[in-house]
Amino acid sequence: MNKTKKIEALFFVLRDLCAIGIALLISLLLIFMVSEDPWGSFRLFLFGPLQTVSRMGYLVEKMIPLLFTGVGTSLMVRCGQMNMGSEGAFYLGGVVCTAAAVRLALPAGVHPLVCMLLAGAAGAVACGITAVLHTKFHALTIVTSLMMNYVCLYFGMYFINHPLWDTASGFKASYKYAETALLPRLFTKTNIHAGLFFAIAAVIFGHILLEKSSFGYRIKMVGTNPSFAKYSGINVTATIIICELIGGFLAGFGGAVEQLGMYKRFEYQGLSGHGFDGVMIAVIAGNNPKYIPLAALFLAYVRVGAEATARMSDVPPELVSIVQSIVIMLVVAEKFLAGWKHRVITRESMKSLDTGEVK
Amino acid sequence: MEQEYQYVLSMENITKVYKDGFAANKNVNLSVRKGDIHGLVGENGAGKSTLMKVLFGQEPPETGTIFFKGKPVSIGSPLAALKLGIGMVHQHFMLVPSLTVAENMVFGMEPTKGAIFDYREAVRLTQEVSQRFGLPIDPNMKVRDLYVGQKQRVEILKMLLRNVEVLILDEPTAVLTPQETEELFTQLVRLKEQGYTIIFITHKLNEIKQICDRLTVLRDGRSIETVDVDSVTEQDISRMMVGRNAVNSLKKAPAQPQQVRLRVKRINHFNSFGKQVLKDISFSVRGGEILGIAGIEGNGQREISEMIAGLDRIQSGEITVNDVPVKGKTVRAIREMGVAHISEDRMTYGSAANATIAQNIISDRFYKKEYQTGHILNRKHIRETTDALIQSFTIKCDGADAPVKTLSGGNIQKVVAAREFSQSPQLMVANQPTRGIDVGASELIREKLVALRDEGAAVLLISADMGELREVSDSLIVLCNGRIVAYFETLENLTESELGEYMLGLKEQSPEEIGRCFR
Amino acid sequence: MDSVLSYILSTNFIIAILRMSTPLILCSMGVLLVRNSGVVCIAFESMMLAASIGGVLGSAYSQNLWVGLLCGVALSVVFAMLFGVFVLVLKANNMLVSLALNTLGSGGTVFLLYALTGDRGNSFGLQSLVYPSVNIPVIQDIPVLGEILSGHNVMTYVAILSVPLVYVLLMKTPLGLQIRAVGENENAAESLGSSALKIRFTALLIAGVFAGLAGSYLSMGYVSAFTRDMVAGRGFISIAAQNLGGFMPIPTFIWALIFGASNAIANAFQATNMPPEFLQMFPYISTIVGLLLVGVTINQRQAKEIQRVEEQSRQSAQQSAEG
Repeated sequence: MNKTKKIEALFFVLRDLCAIGIALLISLLLIFMVSEDPWGSFRLFLFGPLQTVSRMGYLVEKMIPLLFTGVGTSLMVRCGQMNMGSEGAFYLGGVVCTAAAVRLALPAGVHPLVCMLLAGAAGAVACGITAVLHTKFHALTIVTSLMMNYVCLYFGMYFINHPLWDTASGFKASYKYAETALLPRLFTKTNIHAGLFFAIAAVIFGHILLEKSSFGYRIKMVGTNPSFAKYSGINVTATIIICELIGGFLAGFGGAVEQLGMYKRFEYQGLSGHGFDGVMIAVIAGNNPKYIPLAALFLAYVRVGAEATARMSDVPPELVSIVQSIVIMLVVAEKFLAGWKHRVITRESMKSLDTGEVK
Repeated sequence: MEQEYQYVLSMENITKVYKDGFAANKNVNLSVRKGDIHGLVGENGAGKSTLMKVLFGQEPPETGTIFFKGKPVSIGSPLAALKLGIGMVHQHFMLVPSLTVAENMVFGMEPTKGAIFDYREAVRLTQEVSQRFGLPIDPNMKVRDLYVGQKQRVEILKMLLRNVEVLILDEPTAVLTPQETEELFTQLVRLKEQGYTIIFITHKLNEIKQICDRLTVLRDGRSIETVDVDSVTEQDISRMMVGRNAVNSLKKAPAQPQQVRLRVKRINHFNSFGKQVLKDISFSVRGGEILGIAGIEGNGQREISEMIAGLDRIQSGEITVNDVPVKGKTVRAIREMGVAHISEDRMTYGSAANATIAQNIISDRFYKKEYQTGHILNRKHIRETTDALIQSFTIKCDGADAPVKTLSGGNIQKVVAAREFSQSPQLMVANQPTRGIDVGASELIREKLVALRDEGAAVLLISADMGELREVSDSLIVLCNGRIVAYFETLENLTESELGEYMLGLKEQSPEEIGRCFR
Repeated sequence: MDSVLSYILSTNFIIAILRMSTPLILCSMGVLLVRNSGVVCIAFESMMLAASIGGVLGSAYSQNLWVGLLCGVALSVVFAMLFGVFVLVLKANNMLVSLALNTLGSGGTVFLLYALTGDRGNSFGLQSLVYPSVNIPVIQDIPVLGEILSGHNVMTYVAILSVPLVYVLLMKTPLGLQIRAVGENENAAESLGSSALKIRFTALLIAGVFAGLAGSYLSMGYVSAFTRDMVAGRGFISIAAQNLGGFMPIPTFIWALIFGASNAIANAFQATNMPPEFLQMFPYISTIVGLLLVGVTINQRQAKEIQRVEEQSRQSAQQSAEG
């Protein structure tokens, strides 16, 4: 049994590495398709993020919002809900934060907190609607949540384009945020901001909630087998709704952190993709908050590499989506390399069969 | 030329390892003579079904050779097996419920007119094969409206339509009443007389003696012996199956009933299709008593247990536990009243396969004070509780953190039992507590039921296993078509065939006799 | 407001509905087939997107409409087969593979366009073709009716014809029987030697063709060029249409029409001073409302059922008490 477990652990590592390797190979191929200097571009893509301090800082900046949406999505998926709504929640959170940062006059320490909490509440509503539609009205979570993303987008866009539009900005962007609302920078050479602490807190919160708390236990039981949860006396509906409220809250909160840390005014022209990235990260991390930072680092690395490549060479940044999707598909493919695993396990079993120590 | 080979079918040195490393078959050998009814016996988990899946091309073996009519063959898929002439009737029916019998029959070999499916021809083919073998069936019925015995008949006909010569039947009698079993045996003997070879999987010894010619015993994934049925006794077979002397029977003192704990009064129940599944059901169970419920599956047993446990609505009538009505209460509130419930479906309701043993144990109590400080679970206490239960229920596992899905069926059921027995319940509703599990686990659970009774709890035992009911219950009611048709205060003079007659609705007691079960 | 009303009452409105519904009908027929085979796939967004770029590139380089159609459908089928390989063969989670494919579609189409033409995000620089409109002889001369029935894009007729076609395929052919049977009990098929895998791949293949027709219509009929993410949730709306229409072609078709109509209504309001953001939101809101309404009716039906059953229960209890 122990041997089998060891083989399985080895198998997981090997599979993830293989997936990344294959994705890189394909990206090399694609770079060859479009680039004049493919090897230079590929080198930039691979090592670019580590070449300058500002890029390394950029790596951390990119990670911060992903930690929120990643943890939020993991919670919802662990509860058995394929809620893709963190995309919309993140956007809506940003918009609500903008309204609070532009319109409210509050002292420096309090202002960002109020912005973030309001944004979190908005995100919670966005994901909560999906939860209620599913638990009370039998709607398919994934379809409603994807529709909700568009609703959040256009709903938020209305406020940015009309009441909050700063016509002086020259494009569709909001008024500037009040100075009191902005999150302070932590280091001089980078844009890493105080949102980092909130992001770390979100990861720790997610980990404790899911792995240590009794509510986390409820989430996991409802997620793995709702019939069993109901039979044991767990309130399945309430668990799902509360869990998705928390997931949406985290995403909305993250939207605010991103705005107040990285921007002076709201500039998004559409959905930002942070929510979908959160889904990807959750998948790579096995929906385990503990591993979210690692997965977020990977994605941020690919992102920064691709952006550097796009800026300094002729490779379009869409390369990222391709790498990302290939990695995801291979990581979630249970049977990918399973033949190898089965052969190894069988060989071990047969060995123990011959030596007579049969389980 | 036909008889150039000694065996119509032989499997040599078959080893099958599942992907989790579990070796279900280890160098198994099986040889079957033409025109025999060949018994394949062994406990649950001995590897019988796996071996047959290998033969039917559903599981590729790691090593071994299959000879059919003396020639080595490779059977890579069910289609290959069917082409050779090997057919299989699975334990769980392989039918599409919303399609008609005819549509199910011709699946994969549909007759057509142009590009369009020719339903009439399908009906004709079905009627033809049904008449040829004397197995009547209505081709236009939807499969979901058939009785269990009829579904099995469709499965057999499906294989006969495909011209098989060797027919594998995987535990065909598990779902049948004694009378239906008799009918099936008559049909099998008739097929045998027409030259068909039948491999008959079972763990019921009397059935082997009754219809098999030869038998092969499997134990722990190995083939132990192949013998002529006439040359051995039931005791011999049992010894080969279990590897030790025959099962020791349950020790049980006479019941000492106390006050009534469960009262079920005038329950009527309709299912979601508007069919009445329970008709005016009233009975009661006293503390210190085990009341058995016998009946063919699907006669309202599940509804009764789920209503008591709070999983199903009570539409009319009343259920009380210690004189407190359960209607309108949540599952948790009912459990807090001292009700424990072993569900008939241990993988859907009884356990969470992907969760650990500890997580499965605490599902009904994690919110209680001992199990959490603040909102954080108390790992140490959970661990200790689980370890103690693993010990006392002899659960074979890698420890409290092993996922339940890595356990065998019997050990999974022990986890369920460990949870349900360990909160000192006053009422235990046990629905099929030992179905499909090994003898050791079954014995343990039966002993625990009796021990619980002796502590003064009321036990309601619902089972399709007549042997179990007669062994464990103190008194018994029989359900047929949603009604109670008989009540036996003691089981001393009750025979299985008499019980079978009540279950099939051939006999019924007077209302006065039945009325005695409600106190 | 008056202008909106007169527009809604005009034949132009019906024409707009058909125009907007065309991709939804085609795609939802594909969704329906796959769903009936017991597979939940939400990668239709990427299939349509792949087809829209395929159609534009194919027709622009060959200047032949058929080549455009073929390229569009082929690319869509490639995505359908990728889904099949990963989900059915490699046993990956269907939702996650769908999401990954949608991401791949979104980035991959832009990448492909850039790699071939150097344009980023749209194909305005390409001379791609569009599907022709069809005037039906005789009928086109009938007043009003002629306007409604004749003169649509050829894909609109294909979409409407696809509904009876899918109905016959699903309900009257051996393949349809197999698709439905596999969807209900895959073991039943397997135990008789039919490969559930093969049947499901066939369903996916046909669905890929339908999504391909829908996607190529978007860039070669609905509008006349490819733009980044131009499918804009239509794949998901088609899934919602199937979801609401159950497992049957005609209700699915009706829901696709309803969603098309809600799109057309939103367009009708463009002339008014309604904020455009709310108009753009309208199709998605109407999808959610549709899901909600169906949920409400299910709940009501269930409540009624429970009431009826409990009443029945009480009556039979009374009878037995009297008897």
